[in-house]
Amino acid sequence: MEQAPINLLEIKDLKKTFSVSGGLFARPLTLTALENINFTIRKGETLGIVGESGCGKSTLGRCILQLLSPDEGQVLWLGQDLTRLPAEEMRKRRQDLQIIFQDPLASLNPRMTVGDIIADPLRTLRPELNRDERRARVLKTMEAVGLLPEMINRYPHEFSGGQAQRIGIARALITEPKLIVCDEPVSALDVSIQAQILNLLAELKDEFGLTLIFISHNLSVVRHVSDRILVLYLGRIVELATGDEIYDDPKHPYTRALLTAVPIPDPKLARQRSIDALKGEIPSPINPPSGCTFRTRCRHARPFCAEKRPALETLEGGRLVACHRWREIELPDDVRIAESR
Amino acid sequence: MTEHVLKIENLSVTFQLHDSEVHAVRDMNFNLKAGETLAVVGESGSGKSQAFLSIMGLLAQNGRASGRAMLGDVNLVGLETGKLDRLRGKDIAMIFQDPMTSLNPSLRVRTQLAEVLMKHRGFAKEAAIKSAIEMLERVGIPEPVKRANAFPHELSGGMRQRVMIAMALLCQPKILIADEPTTALDVTVQAQMLDLFRSLINDFGTSLVLITHDLGVVAGVADRMMVMYGGRAVEKGSVDDLFYDPRHPYTLGLLHSTPHIAKRAERLDPIQGLPPSLERLPKGCSFNPRCAFAFDRCLGERPPLAHIGNGREKACFYEGPMKYGQVA
Repeated sequence: MEQAPINLLEIKDLKKTFSVSGGLFARPLTLTALENINFTIRKGETLGIVGESGCGKSTLGRCILQLLSPDEGQVLWLGQDLTRLPAEEMRKRRQDLQIIFQDPLASLNPRMTVGDIIADPLRTLRPELNRDERRARVLKTMEAVGLLPEMINRYPHEFSGGQAQRIGIARALITEPKLIVCDEPVSALDVSIQAQILNLLAELKDEFGLTLIFISHNLSVVRHVSDRILVLYLGRIVELATGDEIYDDPKHPYTRALLTAVPIPDPKLARQRSIDALKGEIPSPINPPSGCTFRTRCRHARPFCAEKRPALETLEGGRLVACHRWREIELPDDVRIAESR
Repeated sequence: MTEHVLKIENLSVTFQLHDSEVHAVRDMNFNLKAGETLAVVGESGSGKSQAFLSIMGLLAQNGRASGRAMLGDVNLVGLETGKLDRLRGKDIAMIFQDPMTSLNPSLRVRTQLAEVLMKHRGFAKEAAIKSAIEMLERVGIPEPVKRANAFPHELSGGMRQRVMIAMALLCQPKILIADEPTTALDVTVQAQMLDLFRSLINDFGTSLVLITHDLGVVAGVADRMMVMYGGRAVEKGSVDDLFYDPRHPYTLGLLHSTPHIAKRAERLDPIQGLPPSLERLPKGCSFNPRCAFAFDRCLGERPPLAHIGNGREKACFYEGPMKYGQVA
């Protein structure tokens, strides 16, 4: 019998707003970055978070790690609410929760050697370790991410983007975390290097039994690495399902539109494909549309979509969707293609 | 006989550094046909952008180009600025990844667009602004009159990219060079842009040079492609030939490094190692340290770019089969 998956993280009714200047004498405006965020992360899975710029995907990653404090809601780590944890307690928890950033060179201190950068989290989180123990761990971690031992005394500027990202991964890995938030970890890298880093993350995940949150705007990359995928639009969950469900049977019109917009590296398929290009661009999160925030770009929208915000419904198998009309617009593939011209 | 709108012959670009010289592009040759889309594919440092900046007379101060880039019977390489200015924007135009660097932040959109028509085509101001607004509408900008009065910073990224495309197309150039035009955009906006390119090629018969690292974009838009590595073209041919039957190990490696949304592989099959530094290119074939098929000859001798039939060219000595999983 299969064991029931353990929920490592449970996000409940998360909300995050920012105050933005409205102009010289104007009152500050409120930007709702995240609202009504509810989902769980299972032990050992890779959860992909996708969406366009400004959808709140990075903010969500930072709220989970308490690098940003949510306005409302809970972030339950094995049942314990991180948002209410005293600072000292939270510092201890950080061993378990780490992050990798997009721009590898910008996230490394240029004045520190590679060895010091990778050892840094240990100094704060594992003060009981002595110098030799720290160094041994650094070397072991460097080996795991494919860095040579002789690189330990070199400085970040001597490294290419791909190698710098390996340093960033080593720094996250050294505290033996249970969960790593990867925020666009390969977006700044060349294609051939991107593939190396994606494979490395997959190997490390297997080797150390990691749980990953993989944030990216690139759906092909997310599809490649994720077990389940969360789709965000203007700070709200529109859909959450397994990778196969999302790609074979997307329920939300936004997910569908995103999928058809992804370029396919296959000329014959690309020529056959009808692109259901979304009209317009994402509305401002300062003044989002009423009701369903996607309705202004949705070709299935009806007048009532402007009146009420769609609830986040839980479907069979635990997948989530937030759309008033997902049942009606569910169409077989051939109709779907004909409909999209 | 198809008309060639641009002929590049032995184009090389070098940069003078403090105490050395770096060859960013070496011996590039190609012909661009009227109405076709050529993709120039490569990773950072492959020379794909520098080659075209040199044609446009936009190299950095320490850069120098040699060879020929024939636009009709004019050689663009080394052409004096005055003469180049009469062609740039009119016969050949270039757009960039970041539109903010190409638009003047202190001028309204309509002023910048009208200027192009007044200068190159002798339009009066009124007529120029009218045409500019029509072109904004043509590239899919909603409320073009309102947007024409805006300053660049008041527009979104996608909108700015459209303004730049509109500006490049105002004089209906024969050739449009687009350097990573959609890289900074979200996928839904990128799809709109690629649609726009396709329809513009149809409507205006423009030849498009698409410089990109994204094979997904290439597959959707281009007719032919040229793959560059370490400053040289390593493979050329039709998009279908190169995607379905790559003959250079680097092309094969790029294809296997690209995640495909419809095919979920357990592991990607990336190219090992790192791209070379242009200051210290490996001896022989520049790709040999990363190549799974390299043999003795590749280490000592540089393979020339040679015709292999069917309009294809490759720069590789290896003639045996290349299978998936063999790259690594």
